[in-house]
Amino acid sequence: MSANFRTAEDGRIDRSRPLGFRFDERSYQGFPGDTLASALLANGVHLVGRSFKYHRPRGILSAGADEPNALVAVRRDEARYTPNLRATQVELYQGLSAESQNRSPSLAFDIGAVNDRLSRFFPAGFYYKTFMWPRKAWERWYEPWIRAMAGLGRAPTLPDPDRYANRFAHCDVLVVGAGPAGLAAALSAAEAGARVILCDEQAEFGGSLLAESDATIEGKPAATWLAETVALLALKPRVTLLPRTTAFGYFAYNMVGLAERLTEHLAEPDPALPRERLWQVRAREVVLAAGAIERPLVFPGNDRPGVMLADATRTYLNRYGVKCGSRAVVVTAHDAAYRAALELHRAGVAIAAIADLRTAANGPLPEAARAAGLPVRPATTITGTGGRLRVTAASLAPLAAESDRRGAEPLTCDLVLMSGGFTPSVHLFSQSRGKLRFDGELAAYVPGHSVQQERSAGACRGVFGLAAALADGAAAGEAAARAAGFSAARARSFACHASGFGTGGIRSVLPNAHGAKAFVDFQNDVTADDLVLATREGFHSIEHVKRYTTTGMATDQGKTSNMNALGIVSEALGKPIPEIGLTTFRMPYTPVSFGILAGPSRDELFDPVRTTPIHDWATAHGAVFEDVGQWKRARYFPAPGEDMERAVARECRAVRQSTGIFDASTLGKIEVVGPDAVEFMNRIYVNAWSRLGAGRCRYGLVLREDGFIADDGVVGRLAENRFHVTTTTGGATRVLAQMEDYLQTEWPELEVWLTSVTEQWAVIAVQGPRSRAVLEGLVEGIDIASRAMPHMSVAEGRIRGVPTRLFRVSYTGELGFEVNVPADYGRAVWEEIFEAGQPHGITPYGTETMHVLRAEKGYIVVGQETDGTATPDDVGLTWAVGKTKPDFVGKRSLARPAMRAPGRKQLVGLLTEDPHFLLEEGAQILAAPNQKAPTKPLGHVTSSYRSATLGRTIALAMIAGGRDRMGEMLYVTTAERPVPAKVTSPVFYDPEGARLDAA
Amino acid sequence: MLLIVCPYCGERPEIEFSYGGEAHLVRPKDPASLGDAEWADYLYARSNPKGVHAERWRHTHGCARFFNALRDTLSDRFLATYRIGEQRPDLA
Repeated sequence: MSANFRTAEDGRIDRSRPLGFRFDERSYQGFPGDTLASALLANGVHLVGRSFKYHRPRGILSAGADEPNALVAVRRDEARYTPNLRATQVELYQGLSAESQNRSPSLAFDIGAVNDRLSRFFPAGFYYKTFMWPRKAWERWYEPWIRAMAGLGRAPTLPDPDRYANRFAHCDVLVVGAGPAGLAAALSAAEAGARVILCDEQAEFGGSLLAESDATIEGKPAATWLAETVALLALKPRVTLLPRTTAFGYFAYNMVGLAERLTEHLAEPDPALPRERLWQVRAREVVLAAGAIERPLVFPGNDRPGVMLADATRTYLNRYGVKCGSRAVVVTAHDAAYRAALELHRAGVAIAAIADLRTAANGPLPEAARAAGLPVRPATTITGTGGRLRVTAASLAPLAAESDRRGAEPLTCDLVLMSGGFTPSVHLFSQSRGKLRFDGELAAYVPGHSVQQERSAGACRGVFGLAAALADGAAAGEAAARAAGFSAARARSFACHASGFGTGGIRSVLPNAHGAKAFVDFQNDVTADDLVLATREGFHSIEHVKRYTTTGMATDQGKTSNMNALGIVSEALGKPIPEIGLTTFRMPYTPVSFGILAGPSRDELFDPVRTTPIHDWATAHGAVFEDVGQWKRARYFPAPGEDMERAVARECRAVRQSTGIFDASTLGKIEVVGPDAVEFMNRIYVNAWSRLGAGRCRYGLVLREDGFIADDGVVGRLAENRFHVTTTTGGATRVLAQMEDYLQTEWPELEVWLTSVTEQWAVIAVQGPRSRAVLEGLVEGIDIASRAMPHMSVAEGRIRGVPTRLFRVSYTGELGFEVNVPADYGRAVWEEIFEAGQPHGITPYGTETMHVLRAEKGYIVVGQETDGTATPDDVGLTWAVGKTKPDFVGKRSLARPAMRAPGRKQLVGLLTEDPHFLLEEGAQILAAPNQKAPTKPLGHVTSSYRSATLGRTIALAMIAGGRDRMGEMLYVTTAERPVPAKVTSPVFYDPEGARLDAA
Repeated sequence: MLLIVCPYCGERPEIEFSYGGEAHLVRPKDPASLGDAEWADYLYARSNPKGVHAERWRHTHGCARFFNALRDTLSDRFLATYRIGEQRPDLA
């Protein structure tokens, strides 16, 4: 492209280093300091996107975070493809590659633009009105079609390869925004001695100062003062400066979320650098200096590329050295547009006319424009624009002739500057839950009552103009430092000369705008007529109008559109703006990446992984692991060529016939100690502990206060005042928390101490008829003969010199032991036992085998057989409940009528008619095979396995009145048809328990 | 993120704490003497005020101790925190 709109000099770009970049397969040139938007404009490119709904050609409207139109995707590679970036905020680098969105096949020729021709069929609420029926068409046709036609960019298809950092920080004063007010605030606060963080979303500090051409501060050009001030702040050790950092959210207790971008602007990012960093800043005091956003005017064709916010064109000129066109028509309701017109005029842009919507334009800026010979037309409006992909004409008409468009005079131009005045940027204040106040004089919402430790300064609270902003910022910084406990030495003041800012503003649709597309919300394609239609259809609350028309609901959250929408609704309803209400400002201020929110919590760091001391041994022996909570547990140990079914069958046979070794280290363990330990155990557990002698164990059951089973596990009494409690793997934390809760809050008088020892003890289960023989030669100081150490006993001694708590317990139904040794010795002791077991054919087994073996015995798994609504009686554990205890947690609830009602689901066994058919866990159980839907199932399958020992499948189930249904044939749902299964006892193997002593 | 004053440790961020429901619900000394309705009331009925709410918190990832707090459910501000067993402070 040959067009060059770059000025000969000036601007903050480095003209000595041209940068090449691509936009939609075309190459262009820009300079360091450019944004993608300024570089495109310098090349004469205004058309950068297609609109959301009507696919209308759209150009660059603004120069900052408020940009609604110029959304582009930036692509480094497919994994670093970032959609929906505002071109006005994308910093240029050598080789940058960007593309436009929502167009097909190309930006200049987009078939979706047919929507624009059909637009009278797509009024407000179109989706709600049209896509009501048939219901199924929504998923199959409507939604895919809408998604393809309307929308934004696409997501990258590859995982994000970059790293995102996370940091917590504290400071006395956080200043958000480094424009004149923010800089003055930071300076004041820092000079008072406060620890200050100053952040700004832009690459350079300065805000509006970056676009000043002739202002002076303390006798120096604004740019010089800016450079010196930033240098001064950078030297202060208690000041942290964060450019390229967006304060995106204001949370409770003065926590502000900052998104710092570290590598987005670099041509070749250092791979060692994180791409972005999340700062969670807890500030004693916050100064918001977020500035203001210029309002577009609402008139027909106001979205045509080349129609821009007046002050943005001034920024492009002064900061980037870019003329946004060669011949401009200016339309304004605010004096500030004259400043832009004057500066553009001086740079050689022809000003065809300045149409002022006000009847009189007599401030210093309009006078200066007249003096410069610019054609100022007071009481004049714009009735439309011409051109297809770029504005070529603007029609002006006297306000008096508003009812008659024939009075309109078309003026040739390639640029339209518009200004409806400025909207204070109150987003963060509103997020802090402060109350906004409508300022009648400014006709704007400004911060009112604060609820957090914050204050606003400068344009974001309606204080406009350079001198006023500097003074306001300095005062706010000083006040913040004082509130944080620092006494300011002096209130700073700045001698300042700047061209005035002026007054004015409008927040509504312009005359003659109805009946043509006058856009209010550019990003969501909402017109003034849509809003009026919504009010006619009965939507009178702004919250409803917003949802019905989607105004203000795009990714820009209505930065440029909200006030105009309020004004239009206010006029349509004939109510003043404050009575219309205001929609909520939500975080994030501008979109933030998923990456920065996830931070390092992804992949292997997503969740902690807990491994046992025997984990590496299991890995070396080919274990297949499963996740149980955060634990990795060996599920089975396949021999070469074995699948899970065969491995588990072999492991099961080994335990039943000789001996198996199993890593039970993940079991939760709590040591309950103290003079009142037994009393405490009596109150927490359903069981009676008083008569359990030292050296004996008991199966313990814990209920919640509502009477339902919370957890279970074997408890060993080591001494009069010391219990070794075990819990399920997943329930350890919950049980300890429940114990602590009662101990601390209900029974603080009990002298008991609770210690989690889950990770202190490695637990090696040795199970099977040969288990005693395996351990006999290893154990020191414990007589493990059956007489001395019967089933359910515990003794302390040593194994090969390692202190051991040896439990004789069985979760398999076989003779068995659980060897507890300090975790650091777990692996060594495991290997000793494995070695000693070799002559006996000792076989390592995993959780899958453990499950099959316990199911053969009808032992429940809390959380599998039980689901939070099971009582001890439901699962056949009434025997465990201490009958004579006056009270325990859950006892009173067990006496409630519903807990004893007949027809409760009870634990039973299920044997399928076909002995090889494996039921699905969770499958529903029916009384008859051909029941018509909807049916009320009798219950569900809780466990289902192939039992190698029994040579058939077995299942456990919870069935209504199950214990009275022994022998009944019921039907279990499968994907194909209900299959018959007989109700049996849940104990399938060795119901007499003879195996517990079979050696 | 809330900032909570643990009566034992001082100001700490919300992520260190877990919520424990309404405070000052005393477990009956002799539950067996309660009727079904009274017991159900103890088990399930909770106040849900708009305004000051006395509630239990636990400094789970700190000292692990339970304590009570007065929190304004409207503003989400903590008005006071105090130890288990201490009287509910009078805010007036």
